[in-house]
Amino acid sequence: MKSNPTKDISKVIFSSSLGTLIEWYDFYIFGSLATVISKQFFPEGQGTAALLSTLAIFAAGFIVRPFGALVFGRLGDLIGRKYTFLLTLVLMGGSTFLIGVIPGYKSIGMLAPVLVLILRLVQGLALGGEYGGAATYVAEHAPAGRRGYYTSWIQTTATFGLFVSLGVILLTKMNMSDEAFNAEWGGWRYPFWGSILLVGVSIYIRLQMKESPVFSKLKVEGKTSVNPLKESFAHKANLKMVLLALFGAVMGQGVIWYTGQFYAQSFLETKALLNFEQSRTIILWAILFATPFFVVFGALSDRFGRKWIMMLGMLLGILTYRPIYKAFLSHTNVEENLAANKDINKKIIERKQLANTGSLMVATVMQQSPNGIIFKQTSTDTIFNETSHLINPGKKVYSDKHLPSNTYWLFVLLVFVQILYVTMVYGPIAAFLVELFPTRIRYTSMSLPYHVGNGVFGGLVPFIATLITSFKGATPLSGLWYPIGVASVCFVIGSIYLSNKTQNNVHD
Amino acid sequence: MKSLKRNLGYVWMALGPAVMVFMLWQAVDKILLARQQVTLVAGDVAKEAARSVVSNTILQWSIIIAIFLPIACGMIIFGKYAVKGEYDNLPDSSEALV
Repeated sequence: MKSNPTKDISKVIFSSSLGTLIEWYDFYIFGSLATVISKQFFPEGQGTAALLSTLAIFAAGFIVRPFGALVFGRLGDLIGRKYTFLLTLVLMGGSTFLIGVIPGYKSIGMLAPVLVLILRLVQGLALGGEYGGAATYVAEHAPAGRRGYYTSWIQTTATFGLFVSLGVILLTKMNMSDEAFNAEWGGWRYPFWGSILLVGVSIYIRLQMKESPVFSKLKVEGKTSVNPLKESFAHKANLKMVLLALFGAVMGQGVIWYTGQFYAQSFLETKALLNFEQSRTIILWAILFATPFFVVFGALSDRFGRKWIMMLGMLLGILTYRPIYKAFLSHTNVEENLAANKDINKKIIERKQLANTGSLMVATVMQQSPNGIIFKQTSTDTIFNETSHLINPGKKVYSDKHLPSNTYWLFVLLVFVQILYVTMVYGPIAAFLVELFPTRIRYTSMSLPYHVGNGVFGGLVPFIATLITSFKGATPLSGLWYPIGVASVCFVIGSIYLSNKTQNNVHD
Repeated sequence: MKSLKRNLGYVWMALGPAVMVFMLWQAVDKILLARQQVTLVAGDVAKEAARSVVSNTILQWSIIIAIFLPIACGMIIFGKYAVKGEYDNLPDSSEALV
């Protein structure tokens, strides 16, 4: 029976993308539930547990991901794409489910954070091996001239994985009390348990897939690499392309991606001080509207070349990040005209006794600003014991801001614009990387720059941005200099050194 | 364009060490700042917590330095290749890479 090429490639894309999406979902739920996970497994005041927590956060993203790229990239170039990215899926799904069944620190003590750390490292390792395999697999099935379009479906999975993880967490949280969600065996575990089902389905689908035809041909001819790591990084001819891919494309793509999707959310929550629900639903809407553009820019890259679409995305980020984030701050400023803010419920006053000096008076009230923002105002004043007069009126803190509809949708638009930049830099990049390297060492060569660019340069956006805001004279916008700086260097390197020519032959 | 590519190579060669110096300076600065807190706080519990922050800061920065060191070396090598004219013409076929 004759096979239908369009149906075949759709099957390839579906089975590859589904697995990759699930891997991203698994990786993100840990990050999205970091607060509750740290309470359950890494309690404050426990020095060693705090160290393990740091290791779980830092090592999984920055060390283990690139290491996974090397381990699984090598394996993929030696034994084949299919079995390698099947293995990464099993590792990711298994470790995610197991995180969900580990008893908390209260029940098993130090064993809990140690186990969570190990499983988080396995997650990082698996993620490091997954992407290169999926992108290579789809690209090696795709017809020439359509590679950007077909691989862009793989590119949607990272963003869609974040969407699904945020959605599942929000849905779970909305259907129970905060207490039930945060309990030791509470609702926060459900997204972890759900993963096993998704992974099961995906493993079944991937088992039905055939090995990449390009790799199979190479294997039959006995031309596969004997030592992919050596060929990728010890031969100058290939190493120079690995370095060019990292510094001229993936480094900038990584910071644009993490700024648009992760820093934006953290900024809305911690600097603009929006409430939990709005800071997440804004991202959800923006992702939903922007995700189709991965495919649009992937397809456009087949027509106009990969380079300039990626460079344009970087340039737009460089030029517009500061105005966008400035708008976030100015539209949520409730301190401009304090007298015009109205109380909308009764003030709740709590008095907390201090050891010797007196007591603290904490007053909380919900207010509404003239521009329609509803927010919580908390003031903490110190009262001296002997004279009972106010000696230290504390600074008022404004939090839990709830935006009116027009500002809310403006924020969705501003995040959408940032994710649009993500789609420009990220949509064509799988095809770009695949076309840069030869089949025999493709999995290894493309995986490392991808995970260094995204895991290290991108993953460090929140950390370095926070570090910059701690400098003398820094403002809440100062943190943006990190993504702007990295993207600028990458833009210059990419514009000058990269070629816009599309390499149609990936069979060599 | 070829001479621009080659001349910019010197900038990339300088950028690698510059980033490393900046990172090391920040690491030392933040670790010293965390250590200062141990002497400033009063009480055993607070001191213990401050000590934990010190070891955490050291761990964070060790990881960052360890991961940025090879990247900075990569930047120097990239610059060196650019200066030598390795990027003057990019290969058209994968056969030129292996």
